[in-house]
Amino acid sequence: MYKIVERQDLAPNVHLFKINAPEVAKKAQPGQFVIVRIDEKGERIPLTFADWDTKAGTVTIVFAEAGATTCRLATLNAGDSIENFVGPLGVPTHTEKFGTVVCVGGGIGVAPITPIARGLKQAGNKVISIMGSRNKDLLFWEKNLRACSDELTVCTDDGTYGRKGLVTEPLKELLASGQKIDRVIAIGPIPMMKFCALTTQPFGVKTIVSLNPLMVDGTGMCGCCRVSVDNATKFACVDGPDFDGHKVDWNLMATRAKGYATEEKSAMAKSQCQCHSK
Amino acid sequence: MAKIDLNRLEMPRQEPAERAKNFKEVALGFSPEQAKQEANRCIQCKKRNCTVGCPVSVDIPEFIKALREDNLPEAVKALKNKNSLPGVCGRVCPQESQCEAVCTLNKQGGAIGIGRLERYVADWERDNKARMDNKVTLPPPSGKKVAIVGTGPAGLTAAADLAKLGHSVTMFEALHVAGGVLMYGIPEFRLPKAIVQNEVDFVKSLGVEIKLDSIVGKLDTVDELLSNGYDAVFLGTGAGLPMFSNIPGENLNGIYSANEFLTRVNLMKAYQFPAYDTPVKVGKNVAVIGGGNVAMDSARCALRLGAEKVYIVYRRSKDELPARREEAENAEEEGIIFKYLTNPKSYIGNEQGSVKAMECYEMALGEPDASGRRRPIVKPGSEFMMEVDVVIVALGTTPNPLIAATTQGLQTTSHGTVVTDEINGQTQKKQVWAGGDIVTGSATVISAMGAGKRAAADIDRYLKSQG
Ligand SMILES: Cc1cc2nc3c(=O)[nH]c(=O)nc-3n(C[C@H](O)[C@H](O)[C@H](O)COP(=O)(O)OP(=O)(O)OC[C@H]3O[C@@H](n4cnc5c(N)ncnc54)[C@H](O)[C@@H]3O)c2cc1C
Ligand SMILES: Cc1cc2nc3c(=O)[nH]c(=O)nc-3n(C[C@H](O)[C@H](O)[C@H](O)COP(=O)(O)OP(=O)(O)OC[C@H]3O[C@@H](n4cnc5c(N)ncnc54)[C@H](O)[C@@H]3O)c2cc1C
Ligand code: SF4
Ligand code: SF4
Ligand code: FES
Repeated sequence: MYKIVERQDLAPNVHLFKINAPEVAKKAQPGQFVIVRIDEKGERIPLTFADWDTKAGTVTIVFAEAGATTCRLATLNAGDSIENFVGPLGVPTHTEKFGTVVCVGGGIGVAPITPIARGLKQAGNKVISIMGSRNKDLLFWEKNLRACSDELTVCTDDGTYGRKGLVTEPLKELLASGQKIDRVIAIGPIPMMKFCALTTQPFGVKTIVSLNPLMVDGTGMCGCCRVSVDNATKFACVDGPDFDGHKVDWNLMATRAKGYATEEKSAMAKSQCQCHSK
Repeated sequence: MAKIDLNRLEMPRQEPAERAKNFKEVALGFSPEQAKQEANRCIQCKKRNCTVGCPVSVDIPEFIKALREDNLPEAVKALKNKNSLPGVCGRVCPQESQCEAVCTLNKQGGAIGIGRLERYVADWERDNKARMDNKVTLPPPSGKKVAIVGTGPAGLTAAADLAKLGHSVTMFEALHVAGGVLMYGIPEFRLPKAIVQNEVDFVKSLGVEIKLDSIVGKLDTVDELLSNGYDAVFLGTGAGLPMFSNIPGENLNGIYSANEFLTRVNLMKAYQFPAYDTPVKVGKNVAVIGGGNVAMDSARCALRLGAEKVYIVYRRSKDELPARREEAENAEEEGIIFKYLTNPKSYIGNEQGSVKAMECYEMALGEPDASGRRRPIVKPGSEFMMEVDVVIVALGTTPNPLIAATTQGLQTTSHGTVVTDEINGQTQKKQVWAGGDIVTGSATVISAMGAGKRAAADIDRYLKSQG
């Protein structure tokens, strides 16, 4: 059992858990993830490291209520425990001194991009970050990301905070400004990552995305997480989750994410009934 | 001695029409009378062919003798002397090609149902625990620590033996339950999970610690385990990486590896969705590609989930089918449709990216290949379509490369299997042993157990030599 030692509600439907998992915390690196299972009847779902504290033995995850499991997770509080917490999984994000790196976090992606930005900064890079969300209420961790970045631009789709527009707009301006950008890292919803990759492609700047296909075991055993990169099938949980965004088959990503749309709806209906009866 | 009786007693099973709709065990086991009747057929040969045919040399005549003398505790002892998982082996061993194949009575087609009797004795023990005086007395602690990676049959057997020899044993398991393929692969209707759990609990009762959710190579590596105080490491991580055939359309929705499909159904209990949270696609027309045990299990699960038509698509003919005969027959009785000499060429999807059909070739058999089986050859121009909405690819597995990639100096073959001494399981790396599917590629439960047993004996020898 893994105890939730702290809970924060970062935005409507977005929550942070600090979880006691000393062995995982000891080995955690930026870009890696864990698989969480709430209890005996639960599904195994992947969540990326948002932070970790080796000394305290805790790992921080940030999640959005997307469906049955994440909604059920959101009913837990500090002091509660979850049954399974496996990690660190996946290959850590490649960090070295590249020069100038742009880190783009969209929506919930702001959480995982923060330790990556921190790692890149520590490696001696100039880190320019861009974060975005639909509106002001959904923004979180501006301060955290700013602390790891040399520059930060905040966007909202509706202009209720920071700059109005999508994260791809400041990204494009940076690339066009003539300043040398050595690498871009983008984490967020599939369309956001896809459009970041399309934005950087004409400029020839290597763009790393963190793919989030459906997963079961997270150890390379099932192949549920198949993605196609450079026309070859890869298992995102062991070969990734980071891949070259210019080589990802985005259509396949989008269709495979919807593989269980019907079943998810019925699971959600059931879990909502449960929430209401509580 | 009475006249030789060659009539093998069939074990009662659920009726095909009934069992095709539930996940309860297919075979129901012998009644006490039936067990005795079958045991009485054994002629107690002087030359113990049957024991030679068993990979772990179970003293078969001995346990059968005790059984027919109504001394079940003694039968249990004789059996468990060599086989720590009889409840499992009695159910899933390919007896027809092992102990029963060489039973003296098999020449006349009446081999003793050794597996069925083994199962009967093991189940009796489980139901009569209170009456068994089987408290294992452990020797004083040796002060040596052994790490076992993987909790499949190889690891469980090695752990039990080492614990009984007084060593402190810790097991590491990547998944959230112990048991390996016995838990995530082989379905409930063939091997009830309570039986596996019972065996795992027994290993724990010997003082073995099992650390779940612990992936060696991601948490501590093998080298770190050795430098953090473990005196020896046994690798029993199996062959868990699924192979695909890399034909067009294989990443469409609805196309699973057998590992994914069986994991969803067995380990995550998707057959009880939505009471359990993990979903699985219930197909109308399901094609399973392959002809081994894994293919049979996948097909029979798909049928039980509610599919209308389930096909086994196999590129060779019935004679080459690698699955256990009994399981192929069970599958056929339940209504699985066998399409022999057929191989998929490509998969075709609908607008939503889900598979809707599969283009196949007809095959013919040519000369025998390296495996000794006749090579399947494509019949040119034989392409035809099959309407399918779920496809399960059961073309075999290879070892997960994680351990090899994170362990210094471990030698592997081009198939990714770990190189060991065939007898004692020693790897090229000092203090590290390996056994089971990680060494042989996908094989059998009993061969994995045998490897675990031999390695445990050698580890014990090594630990004692270290003083
Ligand atoms: C490597 C990896 C890291 C991830 N990290 C995080 C994270 O840090 N924080 C976070 O909130 N989420 C993260 N996700 C996504 C998270 O795993 C899913 O939101 C979760 O599995 C949804 O489960 P559910 O039962 O609540 O919803 P479901 O009912 O399963 O799904 C609801 C909706 O979410 C979509 N969805 C389901 N699974 C995923 C998925 N794996 N990725 C994207 N969309 C999905 C479905 O298409 C559906 O529209 C990550 C996914 C991966 C693969
Ligand atoms: C569907 C199916 C049906 C089968 N039917 C039969 C049958 O009828 N009869 C028969 O004899 N055999 C059958 N087999 C084969 C048999 O199950 C295997 O040969 C046997 O289980 C191998 O045992 P093992 O101990 O080597 O490995 P496994 O049972 O594969 O166990 C390995 C364990 O190690 C864990 N692991 C892997 N990597 C790590 C790591 N890095 N750290 C920690 N843990 C790790 C895995 O999660 C797994 O739990 C079947 C197999 C399948 C898949
Ligand atoms: S362990 Fe398997 S091969 Fe050996 S006697 Fe039992 S059923 Fe036969
Ligand atoms: S070979 Fe057959 S008949 Fe002879 S002892 Fe063994 S089981 Fe009995
Ligand atoms: S999630 Fe199973 S192989 Fe990646």
